[in-house]
Amino acid sequence: MPATVINANRLTKRYGVHTVLDAVDVEVQAGECWGLLGPNGAGKTTLLRMVIGATPPSLGQLQVLGYPIPAQATSMRRRIGVVPQKDNLDPDFTVVENLRTYASYFGLKGPVLERRLEELLAFAALESRRNAPISTLSGGMQRRLSLIRALLNEPELLILDEPTTGLDPQARQVLWQRLRALRGRGMTLVLTTHYMEEAQRLCDRVTILDQGRILETGPPQELIRKYIEPQVVEVYGVGLDDWHRTVAASLVERSERVGETMFYYAHDERALLAALNQQPELTYLHRPANLEDVFVKLTGRELRDGQ
Amino acid sequence: MDNNGYSADSSPLPPPALRWLPVWRRNYRVWLKLVGPALMGNFGEPLLYLLALGYGLGTFVGTIGHLPYLVFLASGMVCSSAMNTASFEGLYSAFTRMDVQKTWDAMLTTPLSVPDIVLGEAIWAATKGLISSTAIMVVAALLGAVADWWALLALPVIFLTGFCFAAMALVVTAVARNYDFFMYYNTLLMTPMMLIGSVFFPLQEMPAAIQWLAWSLPLIHTVELVRPLMTGLPLEQIWLHLLVLAGYSAAFLALAIRLCERRLLA
Repeated sequence: MPATVINANRLTKRYGVHTVLDAVDVEVQAGECWGLLGPNGAGKTTLLRMVIGATPPSLGQLQVLGYPIPAQATSMRRRIGVVPQKDNLDPDFTVVENLRTYASYFGLKGPVLERRLEELLAFAALESRRNAPISTLSGGMQRRLSLIRALLNEPELLILDEPTTGLDPQARQVLWQRLRALRGRGMTLVLTTHYMEEAQRLCDRVTILDQGRILETGPPQELIRKYIEPQVVEVYGVGLDDWHRTVAASLVERSERVGETMFYYAHDERALLAALNQQPELTYLHRPANLEDVFVKLTGRELRDGQ
Repeated sequence: MDNNGYSADSSPLPPPALRWLPVWRRNYRVWLKLVGPALMGNFGEPLLYLLALGYGLGTFVGTIGHLPYLVFLASGMVCSSAMNTASFEGLYSAFTRMDVQKTWDAMLTTPLSVPDIVLGEAIWAATKGLISSTAIMVVAALLGAVADWWALLALPVIFLTGFCFAAMALVVTAVARNYDFFMYYNTLLMTPMMLIGSVFFPLQEMPAAIQWLAWSLPLIHTVELVRPLMTGLPLEQIWLHLLVLAGYSAAFLALAIRLCERRLLA
């Protein structure tokens, strides 16, 4: 297995005059979990589609597991697993029929398949639902089924497009735990997500994409240290503007207003907290800086509506 | 589940020429789940039509050529049923899998590619056409409307016909935005083709322009092969008819693949 699992060089995608990806360079190493972050319309899904050979680049070179893509995408897809953004499980089939049918697309059958089915049903905690129709599964179960469906061919690279979007917090935790287990076995993971907490917990490295360009790449903690003061205090309530102007502005390095909330960023937050304790009408949340602060700082505060 | 025991070279992937087979098998398994009502429709509908039209209308019509109307109609319905069944599968059912259920998207994250999917869908639609036409032939035989065992030679022609109409339907599906779009195809092409395809009445008395139009479309070529095979009349210009059906099949399959690639791999 090559040490570099994905190698993208100046990848560009244009639809008419609209540039969706603009000269993107990516390098994903074997065994790492790489997260692709970005607002709606940033080009995340386009980039993933390119990696699986579903969208031909307008310009640039791409290699996945050493195969030139899209030229040898069929051979490459034997060795990867894909969990799509929206579950496309077969509604006419039960859990195990879904797995068998998908396995047939890889030519998998016989005792090898039977053994893998049992292992994977156990991995997803779906053994007792093996003969259940898809419509009777919860959202979390369907996602887990999509996950093990992508593992049938024992992929070296697993690609997940927004794996936990729409799941409740418990289901999300269960899925995270499974993904960490896979990473522990040495599988290379690539995922897109809107949830910065998810990226921070799972990913060794993240890339922040906006309007088709890469803004930053690095380990989450490194990016947080690079861009954000370590302490963050969020404040809202009656009289916020006056208090900010007269008291708070001079107590911290940096502040920003978003809607009804002030965000204060500082290396030493003690003076600010002391002042806040004199203001019972103001509510505050004191927390360490996180990836969301980085994301918002780099991509801006304005609302992005998907196109 | 350790990664090391698996190498891509040992993957038992079928050879490229057979990769349509898992696509066909997936549709077949879904069909099997509802095989009862499906076969009921396949046998019941033609039985009712043949009885009602064959005997009811046949009383007024008498014979066409030397054939009793029931016999004429039965051989025509075997042909039109292959067309209708394969077309419906290539339009509505294929569109459901492509656009609504995203079954094709799932297939495209595996080693299958667009030509495998389109070919698998076309062969499956042809299979369904064959099933429904065979059911009609059985019903016709029970009603005494089939001459002899030579009629079995019509089945390969029926399969080719189903494939031909499936390929044409998949071209329409590849450019469809919704189910309503198919009404244009049904009303502007399928229904006229059936009405001037020598299914319900012969073409001889029609204006020349209509006859010319009918011969430029595939259905009448099926009828010209299947009706003699089912009724014992002499076969004429076999290769011409087969060539038209094969030509339509090849051209529209290639176009369907091209258009589906444009739609799915943008």
